[in-house]
Amino acid sequence: MSETPPALEVTDLHVSFPSEAGPVRAVRGVSFSVRPGEVLGIVGESGSGKSVSSLAVLGLLPETADIKGSVKLHGRELLELDDRDMTEIRGKDIAMVFQDPLSALTPVYSVGDQIVEALRIHQDLDKAQARKRAVELLDLVGIPDPARRAGAFPHEFSGGMRQRAMIAMAIANDPEVIIADEPTTALDVTIQAQILDVLKKAQEVTGAAIVMITHDLGVVAGFADRVQVMYAGRPVETGTVDDVYYRPRMPYTIGLLGSIPRLDDGGRHALTPIDGNPPSLVDLPAGCPFAARCPIATDLCRRVEPELTVREGGNHPTACHRSHELVAGGSLDPATIYPVPPLPKAPADSVPREDRTPVLEVDGLVKHFPLLYGAVVKRKVGEVRAVDGISFDIREGETLGLVGESGCGKTTTLLEILDLPSGQSGTVTVFGKDIRGLKGAERKALRRDLQVVFQDPMAALDPRMPVGDILGEPLKTHGWSRDRIAARVPELLGQVGLDPDHVDRFPAEFSGGQRQRISIARALALEPKLVVLDEPVSALDVSIQAGVLNLLDELKARMNLSYLFVAHDLSVVRHIADRIAVMYLGRIVELGSAEAVFGAPSHPYTQALLSAVPLPDPRKERERRRILLTGDLPSPADVPTGCRFRNRCPKFASLDESDRGRCREEDPAPTGLAGDHTAACHFAAAVTVV
Amino acid sequence: MGRYLLRRLINHVALVLIAASLTYFLAAISLNPRANFAGRNPPVAASSVTATLNDYNLNPDTPVVVRFAHWANGVAHGDLGRTVTGGEVNDEFARRVGVSTRLLLIATILGSIGGVLVGAWGAIRQYRTSDRVTTLASFFVLAMPVFVIAVTFKLWAIDINDAVGHKVIEYTGEYDPGLTGTGEILLSRLQHLLLPSLTLIVIQVALYSRYQRSTMLDVLGSDFLRTARAKGLSRRAALMKHGLRTAVLPVVPLLVYNVVLLFTGATFTEKIYGWHGMGEWLVNSISTNDVNAVAAVGMFTAFVVLIAGLLSDVLYAALDPRVRVR
Repeated sequence: MSETPPALEVTDLHVSFPSEAGPVRAVRGVSFSVRPGEVLGIVGESGSGKSVSSLAVLGLLPETADIKGSVKLHGRELLELDDRDMTEIRGKDIAMVFQDPLSALTPVYSVGDQIVEALRIHQDLDKAQARKRAVELLDLVGIPDPARRAGAFPHEFSGGMRQRAMIAMAIANDPEVIIADEPTTALDVTIQAQILDVLKKAQEVTGAAIVMITHDLGVVAGFADRVQVMYAGRPVETGTVDDVYYRPRMPYTIGLLGSIPRLDDGGRHALTPIDGNPPSLVDLPAGCPFAARCPIATDLCRRVEPELTVREGGNHPTACHRSHELVAGGSLDPATIYPVPPLPKAPADSVPREDRTPVLEVDGLVKHFPLLYGAVVKRKVGEVRAVDGISFDIREGETLGLVGESGCGKTTTLLEILDLPSGQSGTVTVFGKDIRGLKGAERKALRRDLQVVFQDPMAALDPRMPVGDILGEPLKTHGWSRDRIAARVPELLGQVGLDPDHVDRFPAEFSGGQRQRISIARALALEPKLVVLDEPVSALDVSIQAGVLNLLDELKARMNLSYLFVAHDLSVVRHIADRIAVMYLGRIVELGSAEAVFGAPSHPYTQALLSAVPLPDPRKERERRRILLTGDLPSPADVPTGCRFRNRCPKFASLDESDRGRCREEDPAPTGLAGDHTAACHFAAAVTVV
Repeated sequence: MGRYLLRRLINHVALVLIAASLTYFLAAISLNPRANFAGRNPPVAASSVTATLNDYNLNPDTPVVVRFAHWANGVAHGDLGRTVTGGEVNDEFARRVGVSTRLLLIATILGSIGGVLVGAWGAIRQYRTSDRVTTLASFFVLAMPVFVIAVTFKLWAIDINDAVGHKVIEYTGEYDPGLTGTGEILLSRLQHLLLPSLTLIVIQVALYSRYQRSTMLDVLGSDFLRTARAKGLSRRAALMKHGLRTAVLPVVPLLVYNVVLLFTGATFTEKIYGWHGMGEWLVNSISTNDVNAVAAVGMFTAFVVLIAGLLSDVLYAALDPRVRVR
C-alpha cells in the first residue's frame, strides 16, 4: 500500500482570518496525505483548525481567508486554481459530507432533485438517466423505497436518512477523496453506527480515500487507518491508529485519551481532566501552545514551539520536546503524567440502598400531547405518547442515569418532574410528598430542594447579568438577606472551582466549561437535595467535560446530593451513574444498577445501544461485532402494538412465529431479573456486549 | 390546495363584511354631509337639502341603523350607493380601481423585484462599497417623506424638460386628453406614468431591500449553500438556485401585504401627480363628508387585505414545500 501515490496531499497549510483583534491563525502548518482506499482521521477539539483545513482543501473558505501552503490532488496543485477550475473538482474528485444533515440540505428542493443536481453538474446525463441513477444511489446508501423517497423533502427525512442522502450525494460522481466533517456528531449512537457502516460501504464502492474529521476519538478508532491529532491549528501527533492510541507520545493526546469516559473500563473512577482551556488563536503565546495546560512542560516548551517530527525512541511524528522521555521504559510514564483525582466517597455509599430514603419516586407517569387539527374548531386527531407510563425512584446520595435516543421522552420526563404537575396519570413523590396535594408555599419550598442544570450553558445564563446576580437570584427569590447573599456567592464560586473574585464578570467572559460550572453553582445555591441534570456535558469538549463530570461527583459526595442525570451518551453515564434507566419511545425498557445494566444488558434495545457506542480502542473496535438496528425511532404518535421495540428488534427477527405473536400482541411489563434489575422484554436474556 | 384556499376565502369573507360594516358606522356617525350645503351662495333651502340627503341615504337625522340597513341592502344587490354630489359610487369606484391598477401594476412588480435583487446583491457584497452605498441610499429614501420625494422628482423633471426644450416628462394626470391615435396616447400615458412609478419604485426598493438583505445574509452563512458549492456549483449558481429562493421566503408575506395595500395607500403619490386613484379618493371623500364613498373604500381595503393574505399563502406554499398542506 505504501507504493501507491497519495490521492490527496496537503503540505504546510496555513490559514488565517482577519479579525478586529488581529489575524486569527486558525491553521498553522498542517500536512497530511491520504492514499486511495485509506481512511485518515483528523481529531481535535473545537477551534483546533480541523474543519477549516478541510474547507481550505475544497476552496470553500470565505475570500477574506489568507491561505498558504500546498494542496495536491494526484499531484495537481489546487490552491493555484481559480474558482471556476475548482468547481470542476468539487463534488467530482473531492466530495464532502457535512456535520448537520438538516441544515446541509437545501430545504426547498427534494432530496432526489439535489442528488440529480450533483450528478448533472459533472456528468452528461439527461434528466431521466440522472433520476434513475439518483434512485440507485439512495438504494445503495440504504434508503428504503428509494424511488418514492427521492421525491421527499429534507424535512420529511429523519436525521439518519438525511445523512445517508448526503453520502449518496457525495459518492454520486465516484470521487477520489471524500472529506467527512463530523458526519455522525449530530446523530444518535445507533444511527451513528448505521452511518459509519454506510460510509464504509461508500468507500468500498468508490475506492476513495476518506478524511474523517471528528472530535470523538471513539469514532475513528475502528474506522481510520491513520490518525492525526490537532491542537491550536497544528497537528501535534500523527501515526497509525495503533501507535497513537496505544503508544501516545504527546501529552495532549495522552490527556485526551485519559479524559474520554469509556464504556469498557469497568465501573466508576475519576476521569483525568486537562486543566485550563485551549489558547486564543489571535495572539498565541510563544512556545508550545499546549504548554499552559501541560503537566510536564519545561522552560524550553514555553520558549520554542516543537516541530512535528519523529523523535528519538518513537516511530511516529510528535510535536513535543519531551516525547523521547514518554517512550516505554523512558523517564516519564504516559499513564501517570496527569494526576488522577481520587474518586470521592459519598456518605451514602456505605449505607445499603434499601436503607436510604427515596428522594424522588415516579410511579406510572404519563404525558400525552394531543395532536390537534382544524383552523377554528380544533379536534383531536391523535396523541403523541411522549411519556407512556414510567416508574423509577432515586434514593439519597444516588445518581440515576436516564438514557435514550432523541425523541424517546427523556426531556419530557424531566420537565414533568420539574413542573410539579398534577399530572395526567401516575404519581410523582418528591421527598416523600405527593406533589399532587401541594399548594403555593409548600410547592415553593419543594422547589428549593429540587434544582436543574441545563444542556447549553450559554443559553441557560442571562448574558446581561453578572455572575454574582445570576447566583444570587435563587437566594433572593427565597428571601435571603443581602448580606447573606453577598457571603454565599463567592463561596459557591469556590465550590465549583471558579475564582470567587469573578462575581462581577458576565457569562460571555467565561469558557463553555466555566459557564457550565456557573450553572451548577446556581443549582447548588439553595443547597438542594436533588439536582436534575439535562445533558450537562454534551455541549462541552472532551477535555473540559471530564473536569465537569469530576466536579459533579465531588459535589455529590460532599453535599450528599442525588442526581437525575439525563444523557444520550452512555459512556458519560457509565462514569457518573449508580443506576441506569434506559428509555425507548416513552417507556423505561431496562432499569437497574449500573453494573447490572452495563455488565449484563438484558433488553435487546439496551444491548444494541451499548454495542453501538464506539470505544477509543482500535483493536477492540476491529474485533467487535455491532448489533445494528434497522430503521429509525418510530414516531411517538404512532406507537406499534404489543412491544414497541419489535419492529427494530434484532431478537424479534430471530424468534419463531408463535413467539413473535406474543411480541406483537402483548405489551411487555418490566420483569425482574437479578436483584432490582428489570427489563421490559418477553425474552429478556443477558448478553455481554462491551 | 384548492380546497384549502376556498376554506380560507370563506373564512375571510366574513371578516370583510364585518370590516366594511364597521367602516360604514364610523363614517356615518362622524361625517356630516349636511355641512357641504352650508354657506352656499345662493343659500340652499333646508327642506331641499334634507330631500337631497334623504334621496342619497345620507341624512344624518335618519337613525344610523336605518341608513345602514338601506346601504347594506344596496351592497347586497351590488349597489354601493350615491356620492354626496349624487353620482353613483359604483361608477366612481370602477374608474378609480382602474386608475390605481394602471398606476401600481408596473411600479409594484418592478419595486418588488428590484428590492429583492438590490437586497440580495447588498448581502453578497456585504461591507463593500456597493453595499454601503445601497444601504446609505435606502435609509436616505426611507427617511424622506413621500411628498418630498415626489416633489423633488417633479422639480427635476421640470429642469430636464427645460433643458431639452419641450415636455419629455409629464407630471400631472394620466394622459393628455387632447391627443388622438393609439400610438400617441400610449406614448403620452408612458410619459405620465414615469414619475409616479419612479417614486413608488424607489420607496419600495429601499424598503424591501433592507429586509431582503438581512434574510440573504442569514442564508449566505448556511450549510446548504456550502453543500451546493461542495457539489461543484459555482458561487453564482449556488446563490441563485439555492440561496435566493430560500432567502426570499421570509420576505414574501411582507412584500405581498405592502404591494397590495398600496392600492389604497399611494395617496400622496396620486395627489401630487394628479392621478385620481383609490388613495386620493379616500382622502377626498373624508374631506367632503362622502359617507358612502368612505364605506366603499373601507370595504375595498378589507377585501384587498384578504387578497394579500391569500396571495402570500399561495406564493409561500409555491416556494416552500415545508408548509404545503397535504
